[in-house]
Amino acid sequence: MTGDIWQQLFNFDNYGELLVLVRNSLIAGAVLGLVGGVIGTFVMMRDLAFAVHGIAELSFAGASAALLIGVNVAAGSLAGSIVAALIIGALGVRARDRNSVIGVLMPFGLGLGVLFLALYKGRAANKFGLLTGQIVAVDTVQMSWLVGTSAVVLLGLAVVWRPLVFASLDPEVAAARGVPVRILSPIFMVLLGLSVAVSIQVVGALLVLALLVTPAAAAMRLTASPVRVTLLSVLFAVTSVVGGILLALGSSIPISPYVTTISFALYLGCRVIGGSRATRRARPVTESQ
Amino acid sequence: MTVTTDTVISLSGAELAFGDRILWQGLDLELGRGEFVAVLGPNGSGKTSFLRVLLGQQRLTAGTLLIEGRPPRRGSPLLGYIPQHRAVAPQTPLRGRDLIRLGLDGHRWGLPIGNLRRQVDELVEAVGATAFADRPLALLSGGELQRLRVAQALATDPALLLCDEPLLSLDLHHQKVVAGLVNDRRRSHDTTVVFVTHEINPILEMADRVLYLAEGRFRFGTPAEVMTSASLSGLYGSPVEVLHVNGRLVGAPGSHDHGGEPSA
Repeated sequence: MTGDIWQQLFNFDNYGELLVLVRNSLIAGAVLGLVGGVIGTFVMMRDLAFAVHGIAELSFAGASAALLIGVNVAAGSLAGSIVAALIIGALGVRARDRNSVIGVLMPFGLGLGVLFLALYKGRAANKFGLLTGQIVAVDTVQMSWLVGTSAVVLLGLAVVWRPLVFASLDPEVAAARGVPVRILSPIFMVLLGLSVAVSIQVVGALLVLALLVTPAAAAMRLTASPVRVTLLSVLFAVTSVVGGILLALGSSIPISPYVTTISFALYLGCRVIGGSRATRRARPVTESQ
Repeated sequence: MTVTTDTVISLSGAELAFGDRILWQGLDLELGRGEFVAVLGPNGSGKTSFLRVLLGQQRLTAGTLLIEGRPPRRGSPLLGYIPQHRAVAPQTPLRGRDLIRLGLDGHRWGLPIGNLRRQVDELVEAVGATAFADRPLALLSGGELQRLRVAQALATDPALLLCDEPLLSLDLHHQKVVAGLVNDRRRSHDTTVVFVTHEINPILEMADRVLYLAEGRFRFGTPAEVMTSASLSGLYGSPVEVLHVNGRLVGAPGSHDHGGEPSA
């Protein structure tokens, strides 16, 4: 009995051949890990974890609508993401407003998604995949879409990096220094929307947080150096996705539990290590006059 | 009184109104290099809006403003801005020196790849923050954070320091330290200081002049001229009694003698 479950969870028969088949998926996973790890640090700094979840649900609605009417699912999920990101960005400037806007949008998006999927008569695996992720062999078209979108996100972040850090830490001082704080916010939301849309393709709508929040949160437990946080966050995210794909390969189970478990384990480890660091550092400093 | 030969701020006939609510009008003032002016007044009297006007974030509804002879410009390196203390979110991935660095290049597009270590080190030293410059921001006290914010504001070597209640929620000791840093800078670099505060006592000895805003009117002059029972009673339109006790002002709105709130 337990042996059966184990066989379902981990099956490494013909592993070498499978590995060749999912080469594209592995590359896609690594790219997603890179994007998720980098944007995750800003998600944490701007306190947008809940927004990521909200965007993911509307992205899911967009993807299932696309599935239903038979157009490109990736485009549907992208459209849903961008719409959600812009609504959240426009209506929720302050954190409290934002959370209520997200709380209202999220069930609506999920409801729409369920409706579209219920109407859809195609393969059930397609439906399930949108929510929980899949590692169907990524074809060249998907691959170029995914890499292209990821490149846009990474380039966009590179351009706005310094003012975005400034505005996230201290919007008033940043504005006084001439940073266009009000324009940066929607720009970031669109980049976030794009990241959510690409992540959904692999880990699914329910578990985007494991890619866009957990790795950065884990890294921030270990260090406050901005460079190290970004590098660690990327390392954790890439490890989670690529590791998840490698473990899920032979099994019939969706990829997401593997990804989320690795990412959660990394977070736990960082909390344990980081916990002792925080108490050690929290001692009061003797004031130098 | 020193004659101001070199004017840094010049306001004439300045008015700021929101709709038909006038915050202040007919404001004429000139501030010279190295002058320290305290801006006082009750909540909603337009103290912060006064700073926003100087920062170029808010337009005057009438009159003119010149800073170093030119109209105000958003993000001008002539201005250094010190905000009121706000705690930093836990786990913020920045250290003390990263906050200071934002004052140097945080407004520029692109990645933070240049090496600014030397400039940052100088600023760290200028505010005596060497002991905690490498610590995570989230683990610093209010007083430590405010020191770093002073250093951040000094990054462009500004001619004018705009301080928006920087002592709020600091304990007495740190109020003195932070106000002292601002005052030292003004002495050593002839920097003009506009210091918005609801509590004049920590800076009473530093202020050359006081701009007191209330009830859509204002008083501008030396502390001795403005902070009197007669002057403030006229401003508020009701009797206000100002007492001098051991070099501190008691009784005037804006001089609550409670010794400051404990640090958050």
